Amino acid sequence: MTPDGSPTDWLSDYDIFDPQFVRDPYPVMSAIRESSCPVAHSDRWGGSWMPTRYDDVVAAAQEYDIFTSRNIIVVPPPTGQVEGAYAGVAAPPITSDPPEHHWHRRIILPTFAPQAVAKYEDGTRALCNRLIDDFIDAGEADAAADYAQQIPVRVIAAMLGVPLEMADEFTSWVRGVLEIGLTDPKVRLESRMKILGFFRAQLDDRKANPREDDLITDLLNTQIDGRPVPEDYVMGVCNLMLVAGIDTTWSAIGSSLWHLAQHPAHRRQLREEPEIWPTALEELLRAYSPVTMARIVDRDTDFRGCPIHAGDRVLMSFPAANRDPRQFENPDEVILDREHNRHVAFGSGIHRCAGSNLARLELRVALQTWLQRIPDFELVDATAVTWAGGQVRGPRRCVVRFATA
Amino acid sequence: MRVTVDGSKCHGHQMCAIAAPTVFGSDDYGNAVVLADPVPDVQQAAARRAEANCPERAITIEEDPLP
Repeated sequence: MTPDGSPTDWLSDYDIFDPQFVRDPYPVMSAIRESSCPVAHSDRWGGSWMPTRYDDVVAAAQEYDIFTSRNIIVVPPPTGQVEGAYAGVAAPPITSDPPEHHWHRRIILPTFAPQAVAKYEDGTRALCNRLIDDFIDAGEADAAADYAQQIPVRVIAAMLGVPLEMADEFTSWVRGVLEIGLTDPKVRLESRMKILGFFRAQLDDRKANPREDDLITDLLNTQIDGRPVPEDYVMGVCNLMLVAGIDTTWSAIGSSLWHLAQHPAHRRQLREEPEIWPTALEELLRAYSPVTMARIVDRDTDFRGCPIHAGDRVLMSFPAANRDPRQFENPDEVILDREHNRHVAFGSGIHRCAGSNLARLELRVALQTWLQRIPDFELVDATAVTWAGGQVRGPRRCVVRFATA
Repeated sequence: MRVTVDGSKCHGHQMCAIAAPTVFGSDDYGNAVVLADPVPDVQQAAARRAEANCPERAITIEEDPLP
């Protein structure tokens, strides 16, 4: 360990919250992946294992009976607090295991099918244009804070039928759970309580005043085996949509703009060959996968020669898997028309991100609208870009400049 | 060319429909459905790309026998 607490041996002492790792995790991931022990272990933050090879990450994701989703946050709750659900409310289906996982997921899947999320496209584009209107004459903007961060929170709020003017509060609650709260259990708990209190009131309101064409009303009216779904399930789905639907997508949009700010040839390629957009978006998702989930091991098991014990935590490093040269040619290079790309930015197996089609739509509309209005832009100061990391990685400050009309 | 999706492996990534939107689509739950089987000649390259982009390896392609 160095005097400032940073690891010196990343292979046995990695720290996903270390500022150096947050800023650029890929060299560490690569060093672990190519070492004799590609499933690393660290005692930091309560202890965890971290597979880094594509095949190993995918294998763990597929073996959901061993690698359970009882908690998907890597840092254990403080002593005295139970794992997973808080006040009976978890975040189904991401925190669910079979057999309940099946209906927990099946109820919400139609809401997020490609044909269902298409109706949010026009609103998302109008929102992106409004955001750009606010800074386009200044010739400078924070692509992360003024743009990326502002988009998913409003799309999710519109989907949930909750007040859009509370966007800043929602953002701060979500950061409190997923960003600041990961290393500060007090902030995590406070933020979770605010989210639960808010949705408790929203559910009460829908019960008193059911709404037409409203997701929360529809969820409350959903039946399973002839009985209404438990209210804690509806609370949990709302909790998940807010927590999982905001800073993940915002991170993907921000990382993509950070990349495009530094690669004029890629901006030109997207302009001159618009047919590559679908492939290009998948490539940006692969190269800058924001999300690392965690699993809790159900029973002692040997995993790739590592003695993993019941109760151990495992980091599902989809970002590391997506840079594995065994699976991807030139994995550290962004190749916008990459032909073969079985990336797992949205996970693998039964927990594939339920909101992936919505996230893709937001990413596409956000990038296309930006490039249409601001075809050329560059980082003002590459060293001033700040990142959030841990389990969701993306830029939090990313100031760019561009020519004004 | 014939294509099939193994429904027990598909988890709705939709990367097949992104690579080959006229060959693959989505059911009500976002899982893959085959829209064109056999696959028209002009779509066969896209169908092969769809197979190569499925993270669950749920797609099987059966090429036409050589004439």
